[in-house]
Amino acid sequence: MEYLPNILFILALAAGVGFFVINCRKLIRNIKLGRDENHSDNKPQRFKNMAKIALGQYKMVRRPVSGIIHVLVYLGFIIINIEVLEIIIDGIFGTHRIFSFLGGFYDFLIAVFEIFALLVLVGVIIFWIRRNVLHIKRFLNKELKGWPKLDANLILYFEVVLMLLFLTMNAADLSLQLRGADHYAQASGVVGSFPVSQFIVPLFENMDTASVILIERAAWWIHILGILVFLNYLYYSKHLHILLAFPNTYFARLKPQGEFDNLEAVTNEVKLMMDPDADPYAMPAEEESDEVPAKFGASEATDLSWAQLLNAYTCTECGRCTSECPAHQTGKKLSPRRIMMATRDRIEDIGKNIDANKGEFKEDGKQLLDDYITREELWACTTCNACVEACPVGINPLSIIMDMRQYLVMEQSAAPSDLNNAMTNIENNAAPWPFNQMDRANWINEI
Amino acid sequence: MAEAIKVPTMAEFMAQGKSPEVLFWVGCAGSFDDRAKKITKAFVKLLAKAGVEFAVLGTEESCTGDPAKRAGNEFLFQMQAVTNIEVLNGYEVKKIVTACPHCFNTIANEYPGLGGTYEVLHHTQFLKSLISEGRLTVEGGKYKGKRITFHDPCYLARANRIYEAPRDLLAKLEVELVEMKRCKTNGFCCGAGGAQMFKEPEPGNKDVNIERTEQALETKPDIIAAGCPFCNTMMTDGIKNKEKESEIEVLDIAEMIAAAEDL
Repeated sequence: MEYLPNILFILALAAGVGFFVINCRKLIRNIKLGRDENHSDNKPQRFKNMAKIALGQYKMVRRPVSGIIHVLVYLGFIIINIEVLEIIIDGIFGTHRIFSFLGGFYDFLIAVFEIFALLVLVGVIIFWIRRNVLHIKRFLNKELKGWPKLDANLILYFEVVLMLLFLTMNAADLSLQLRGADHYAQASGVVGSFPVSQFIVPLFENMDTASVILIERAAWWIHILGILVFLNYLYYSKHLHILLAFPNTYFARLKPQGEFDNLEAVTNEVKLMMDPDADPYAMPAEEESDEVPAKFGASEATDLSWAQLLNAYTCTECGRCTSECPAHQTGKKLSPRRIMMATRDRIEDIGKNIDANKGEFKEDGKQLLDDYITREELWACTTCNACVEACPVGINPLSIIMDMRQYLVMEQSAAPSDLNNAMTNIENNAAPWPFNQMDRANWINEI
Repeated sequence: MAEAIKVPTMAEFMAQGKSPEVLFWVGCAGSFDDRAKKITKAFVKLLAKAGVEFAVLGTEESCTGDPAKRAGNEFLFQMQAVTNIEVLNGYEVKKIVTACPHCFNTIANEYPGLGGTYEVLHHTQFLKSLISEGRLTVEGGKYKGKRITFHDPCYLARANRIYEAPRDLLAKLEVELVEMKRCKTNGFCCGAGGAQMFKEPEPGNKDVNIERTEQALETKPDIIAAGCPFCNTMMTDGIKNKEKESEIEVLDIAEMIAAAEDL
C-alpha cells in the first residue's frame, strides 16, 4: 500500500502521455493527407525565422498590449514547466522537492516560478476581460460564435485554475515545512523561496497538520492531473499553436510575399504548346500513362499542401489577419481567419471519416469549396498580403485562397463574368482592356 | 519642352546594332489608361532629361499576366509570361524599369522560374539612383513644404519591402511627409489588387478605395502621392467620391518630380 500513490501517479502519467502520443500521430497523419511540397531549402534562414518569430515572439509585440501580456504568459508557461519536471520525479519516486539539493539556486528558481505564476494569473485575467468585457472587434466576429469562443475561455479558465493550484500547493507546502511536518520538513531548514504563496500561508495557521497535508496533496494532484488533461485538450483546441508555432514558422515561405508559385503542371503544358517541334498527336510516353491527370488548384482540403494544413492546425484564431484585411474591414464576407478555421474543420472531418471507416475515406458528399468556404469569400480577396504580414506565427491564408481560385478558374471556368472579360482581353489583345495591341505605343506620339 | 522627346523601341535599337541602358516596361495601364499615360509621359521626360538611353517594347509589349495569375488563371499567366520572356530574351534585355508595381513584382519574382531573369527596378528606385549618380537633380519647387501622404502600393512595400525609395524622392522634393496610420509594410490596399481592378467588388458596406481614401484624408494632405497606376485610379476615384478633387490631387511621384522641374 505504501507505494500506491507512486503507482497511481505512474499510471496517470502513462495514460496522459500515451493519449497525447495517439493524438499527435493522428495530427501528423492528417497533415500528411496534404499534397507533398518541399520546404527544406535554406535551413539556416528557417531556423532563424523560428527563433525570431516563434521563440522570440517578435511579431506578437507589434500590437503592444496583447503582445506583451502574451509574452508574459508564454514565458510563464515555459518557465513553470521546469517545475513540472520536479513534480513528475517527486510523483514517481515519492520524494519531496527532489531538486532542493540545488540550495540557493533552488530558492531562486521557486521564487521565479511563483512570480511568473502571479504574472500569468494577472495576464490571463486581462485576456479574459479583453475577450468577454471589452468590445474588441476581432473577438466578436461571427466565426468565433459557439465553440471557438468557449474554447478560448476554457483555455483561460484552465490556466487560472492551474496557477491557483500551483500557488496553493506551494503555500501548503511552506506551511508544512514551517511546522516541521514529517516528509515535508528537511534538516537544512525551509527549502524554496515563496515570495507569492507566503501570503496564503496565514490561511492555514489554524488548521491541523493533517488538513494542510490533505490540501497540499489535493492541490499537487489536481495540478499535475490538470496539466495532463490540458496536454490532451490541445488537439481539440486552437491552443495547438503552443506546439505547432515552431514547425509552422520553420516551414513558412521564405520568398517575397508578392511571389506566387508558378504551377509546374501548367509550365509543362505551356512549354509543349510553345514548342514548334512538339507533335500534337503524340501518344503520351509509356511511363506517364498510369498517372492521374493533374488537378489544377484546390477544391478539397487534401488538394492543399501539407504546409497549408499545418497552417490550419497552427491557427490560434487571434484574428489579427482578419482585422487587417481590407475586404473584411469594408464589410465583405471574407475573413482570412475563417479560411484557416474552415480548412482545419474540413481536414478534421476527413480525418474522422477515415478513422470511422477503417482507414479508408468514404465519400461524404462534401468538399472544402462551397461546403466550408464559399466563392464569395474567395473572390473578395485583393491578394494584398496584409493577412500574411499580420500573422504572428507565419500562416498564409492567401495561398489557400489562391489555390481555390485556380480550381474555380482552371477546372470550372467559374470566374466572375467581369474577370472572364478581362482574361479574354488579355488572351486576344494582350491587355486586360479591349484595346488593340497595335495601339499600345500610341502614347509616344502624344508627348 | 522645346524639342519633342524621342521614345525609341527595342526593335529600333536592334536595327542599329545597339542596346539601351534600360528597358522601360510601360505596362497596360501606362499604355492605355488616360490617367496612367500621364505618369508614363512624365517618367519618359525625366529619363530624357537625365540623358538615359532607354527603349520601350512598343507594340511588342503585352500584359505580364499579373491579373490573370491573381484571378487564378495560371495557364493564361504562363502563356503571357513565356511570350514576354521570349521577346525580352530575344532582345537580350538585362535591366528593366517600370512604373507599375504589379509588372515589377511579376517580372522580378515570377519570371525567373520561367526562364526570364532580369534586373528589375521600380521607377522610384531608378529615379533615386539617377539622382544619387548626379544625372538628375531635383529641387522642391512647387511642392516645397506641402503636406503629402504617400500611399504604399501593396506589391511594392509589403510584397517586396520597397518603401524607402519613394520616400527618399519625396524628401528631395522638400515636402512635409505625413504618414497614414497604416503605411509601409503595414499599408492598406487601395482595392485594385488581385484582379479586383477588373471586376465589381463583392457585397459589403463600403468600397476598399473609399476606406483607404478616408485614411488618407485623416492626414489632411494637400496631395496624395502614389507609386502605382492602379492605386492612383482607386485613390482618384475615392477623392472624387468625397468631392475633394478641387482641393486634393492624387499624383504619381514621377509626375511630381517632372512638374517640380517644369517638364
